[in-house]
Amino acid sequence: MEQQIIKVKNKKGVKVIPGFKLSFGVTVSMLGLLVLIPLASIFLGAGKLEFREFIEVVTSRQVLSGYAVSFTCAFAAALINAVFGLILAWVLVRYDFFGKRLMDGLIELPFALPTAVAGISLTYLYSDKGWIGAFFDHFGIKIAYTRIGIMVAMIFVGIPFVVRSVQPVLMKMDRQYEEAAMMLGAGSGTIFFRVVLPELFPALLAGFGLALARGIGEYGSVVFIAGNIPYQTQIAPLLIMTKLEQYKYADATAIALVLLILSFVLMLAINSVQLSMQKFCKG
Amino acid sequence: MSKKRDYREYTKGDGIESIQKVVRPPADSSSKIVKYSLIAVAALFLFVMLVLPLFVVLVNALRDGFAAFCDAVFDEYTVKALKLTLSATVCSVAVNTVFGVFASYLLSKFYFRGRQLLAALIDLPFSISPVIAGLIFILTFGNVGWMGDFLKEHGIKIVFAVPGVLLATIFVTFPFVFRELFPVMNAQGRDEEEAAALMGAGGLTVFFRITFPHIKWALLYGVILCSARAMGEFGAVSVISGHLRGKTNTLPLHVEILYNEFNTTAAFAVSSILVFLAVLVLIARTFAEAKCRGGEE
Repeated sequence: MEQQIIKVKNKKGVKVIPGFKLSFGVTVSMLGLLVLIPLASIFLGAGKLEFREFIEVVTSRQVLSGYAVSFTCAFAAALINAVFGLILAWVLVRYDFFGKRLMDGLIELPFALPTAVAGISLTYLYSDKGWIGAFFDHFGIKIAYTRIGIMVAMIFVGIPFVVRSVQPVLMKMDRQYEEAAMMLGAGSGTIFFRVVLPELFPALLAGFGLALARGIGEYGSVVFIAGNIPYQTQIAPLLIMTKLEQYKYADATAIALVLLILSFVLMLAINSVQLSMQKFCKG
Repeated sequence: MSKKRDYREYTKGDGIESIQKVVRPPADSSSKIVKYSLIAVAALFLFVMLVLPLFVVLVNALRDGFAAFCDAVFDEYTVKALKLTLSATVCSVAVNTVFGVFASYLLSKFYFRGRQLLAALIDLPFSISPVIAGLIFILTFGNVGWMGDFLKEHGIKIVFAVPGVLLATIFVTFPFVFRELFPVMNAQGRDEEEAAALMGAGGLTVFFRITFPHIKWALLYGVILCSARAMGEFGAVSVISGHLRGKTNTLPLHVEILYNEFNTTAAFAVSSILVFLAVLVLIARTFAEAKCRGGEE
């Protein structure tokens, strides 16, 4: 027994805990079969097109406007979500008030509510006959079936990501810096923007990135409210869907591949900004 | 700072209490205004964006009376769609649980090369559009896919059939349980398992007596999140199901069909089933989260 323990201590990386081979096998084979192999098909599928055709498909006017609509709306929605998500997280962590637990529970509603249901009820609510849509209609603002409508749907699906990223960081944050700033005579605005916000920024950025990714890929809730007017409110996932319904599988694959690559590059950029900021903060 | 504080006022009495009083002066009126206006903004945002859509569903579902509501809910196709949705949910929860437990055990208890890469690969389905998730299964198993000919010879149908719906649902929910379990297992470390193993416990004993008690509430939490997503999945399933009524229609797809037929009341009535399930999920989630936090402390 003694010898065994010494042996374990001497040999670095010896696996004492049982089950490595089994869990490695199960994990890798399930991941491979259910995720990686199907995902690889997209490259095989795109390979069927010649390079020239591929470029032609993804640079056609309709597809380019689809990408533009998806990315600009998702970006704007994620930005709005970042602001309101920060306010929500702040209110939930720092204040005590009646109905706080209900509010906290409600945040996750967009995770739990099926996107199709969210889509039709938002469409009803924001169309010119709906409760909110009618109000804005007085001022000549149309929400449903315009890009604003797409943004509304993307705000709906993205809000929990920001709140749930910021909330735990805010909860763990040491309040002594704020107190020190206050003692030194800083106003509450200065404290928030110079002391609190820099510390929250990486978490906020992570939430922003998740909301952005969700918005770019979102289909269910957006498709109802968008109205799908060519060149105006057609999102990229819808274009993939339309091509599939016309049995143009190769075209759909090409559009999907570019969308996939664009969103990965975006995520990578956000991740690296976040990492460098964390390093900067730690000195 | 406009106001000058008279600190002598706070520094009477014994040491610590007076220091606390200096550090946290009683909230003045301006910070109260900030507090209540922020709460009002937050509440208004939640009300407009999240609560009103729920109301819309319920109000519209009952617009044509209770009888019409029941007709839509107990319609033959609705019941079939509900059954398919529930079986897809059960299936993806089962696969997810097995995978989540093994994967988080592997990544939290062992060091090996490529650990980071594996974790990143598991998270992949999160950042992929549901429509693309459906598309990749068509490109694999469909007529155009590289396995299409093989499946045709053996008479197996995956795309535009129930297995496709199940596979797509599993794909989009894949990281859910892992995401909840991994941080808990990682925080717990590996000392307890190592000790148990050195004392001669077998793999099963280590898992069920040491690891499992730490993760049971996190596992429940993950299962709840996973089932919520599985029930509501629309994009991926929509691509792969082929919209065959009574065969491959899940509830969200059924809602879409009814809505596109301008049968709005029925669409909202069927939606209200999903709203009911979503509220159940939220309540269960709050319960599991409270247990989860309690278990960690």
